[in-house]
Amino acid sequence: MIEQIFPNVEWPVMWEATYETIYMTLISVVITFILGIALGLLLFLTSKGNLWENKIVYAVTTAVVNIFRSIPFIILIVLLIPFTRALLGTIRGADAALPALIIGAAPFYARMVEIALREIDKGVIEAARSMGAKVSTIVFKVLIPESMPALISGITVTAIALVGYTAMAGVIGAGGLGNLAFLDGFQRSRDDVTLAATIIILIIVFIIQFIGDFFTNRLDKR
Amino acid sequence: MITISDVKKVFKTKTGSLTAVDKVNLKIKEGEIFGVIGYSGAGKSTLIRMLNGLEQPSEGKVDINGKLISSIKGGDLRKARQKISMIFQHFNLLWSRTVSENISFPLEIAGVPKQERQKRVNELIELVGLEGRGDAYPAQLSGGQKQRVGIARALANDPEVLLCDEATSALDPQTTDSILELLVDINKRLGLTIVLITHEMHVIRKICHRVAVMEGGKVVELGDVLEVFKQPKEQITKRFVQQVTEPEETRETIEQLINEYQDGRVIKLSFVGESAEQPVITNLIRSFDLQVNILQGKISQTQNGAYGSLFIHLHGKQDELDRAIDFLEAASVGVEVITHD
Repeated sequence: MIEQIFPNVEWPVMWEATYETIYMTLISVVITFILGIALGLLLFLTSKGNLWENKIVYAVTTAVVNIFRSIPFIILIVLLIPFTRALLGTIRGADAALPALIIGAAPFYARMVEIALREIDKGVIEAARSMGAKVSTIVFKVLIPESMPALISGITVTAIALVGYTAMAGVIGAGGLGNLAFLDGFQRSRDDVTLAATIIILIIVFIIQFIGDFFTNRLDKR
Repeated sequence: MITISDVKKVFKTKTGSLTAVDKVNLKIKEGEIFGVIGYSGAGKSTLIRMLNGLEQPSEGKVDINGKLISSIKGGDLRKARQKISMIFQHFNLLWSRTVSENISFPLEIAGVPKQERQKRVNELIELVGLEGRGDAYPAQLSGGQKQRVGIARALANDPEVLLCDEATSALDPQTTDSILELLVDINKRLGLTIVLITHEMHVIRKICHRVAVMEGGKVVELGDVLEVFKQPKEQITKRFVQQVTEPEETRETIEQLINEYQDGRVIKLSFVGESAEQPVITNLIRSFDLQVNILQGKISQTQNGAYGSLFIHLHGKQDELDRAIDFLEAASVGVEVITHD
């Protein structure tokens, strides 16, 4: 049955590609989550009327975030080739895709983090200050926990975008399902391979969305 | 205890500068419940925020128990804030934490070990009457219960001063009363100095010992609550006092009564303190050959005694009327004969 629908699919190769896609997504999501929260916090804290209000730092951070967010991902990969080569010694393979994935996604996520933090009631921050809390206490015990549902739903959206990015990264040699669909499916006119890769990507996206929704609802006590 | 000297706060705005607090001088005694009343924009919020350093004064000094709040910074200010708690109009609880975890938060900030925190949290939950709700999230509580959590949280580190920022303004009248009773209770039990700001005279009347009236950034009137009720000097104070003593419709009703009772006199009696508890009307009826008709009245309790006003209509012979008015004046009751104006 399955052989009839997908006559050209070599399953061990397909699973290997699936593994590479999941690997790239997972690592880049984890690093994007941390980096994005750090950048988002910096944006939030240095913005007007907040704890570390600083026009220069805010302007520079905003500029960097906007620039990297505006560069189309496929061009970002190419631009980062020298950087990736210097960092990893190669531009092929799943690991080589990670710098571009993270640099592409982290600024995007940082904006979502900033928006999530702005949604926090200013009064709660004032209350923490009135109790004598340090900025670090406010960050870890007020800002992050209070915005957690929004941070999780934001990283869910970002993770799904990253799955798409891994496919693009695949086209220039990073491996994964995008690579397989392009080289084995498109270029050799084996539509069934493209279809199988697409279905697996869809399943990955659905699973990410499901996990994200589960935790968002679980954490939201409002 | 708290000394505010020549405090001024100027905010820079796009259109120029705005003086929110203007040369305010106040001394607040230990164990006192001190009220600041004013309409929105009077500067009372800014004033109370300078007491815990959430705002720094542009000029002047704020001294609490020998600590110069207006000039300390960093770690010293944070340490001082642990002894100057604050409760808020909108409660400002962390919704991601349970009631117990919210109350535990200031203890975490103060670095209290976990076991002690647990013990203290249980005491506080009991103190504010929230037994059994420790594991609930703020979203599951009513407004009054949320403010109780706010109060418990504020008391966690044994503060010397409790600042109340419109703490009852978001609550319905009944809940307001129960929260005010709780504040009086902790004031008496813990000897805590309480500074509260409000726009409701009802709150001042119910729990404050002294009151400052603010208008346009200045303190325009200051005194014991009962004194201020008895003899409000400023126009704004009179309006606040009327909020409590005279229902909205009183003026119209009185007008109507004067027209209705063409003969005899309509008299407004003001009772303050002990005179409010004397049987003045009984004595009046027994001693004089007059018809006494009670038209309208209201007595309010303050922390220092009762205050009230009563409108009566007297009907009888002219000389008997005059003697009755003399009698009332002698009975340390404020007398005002109301005539057509």
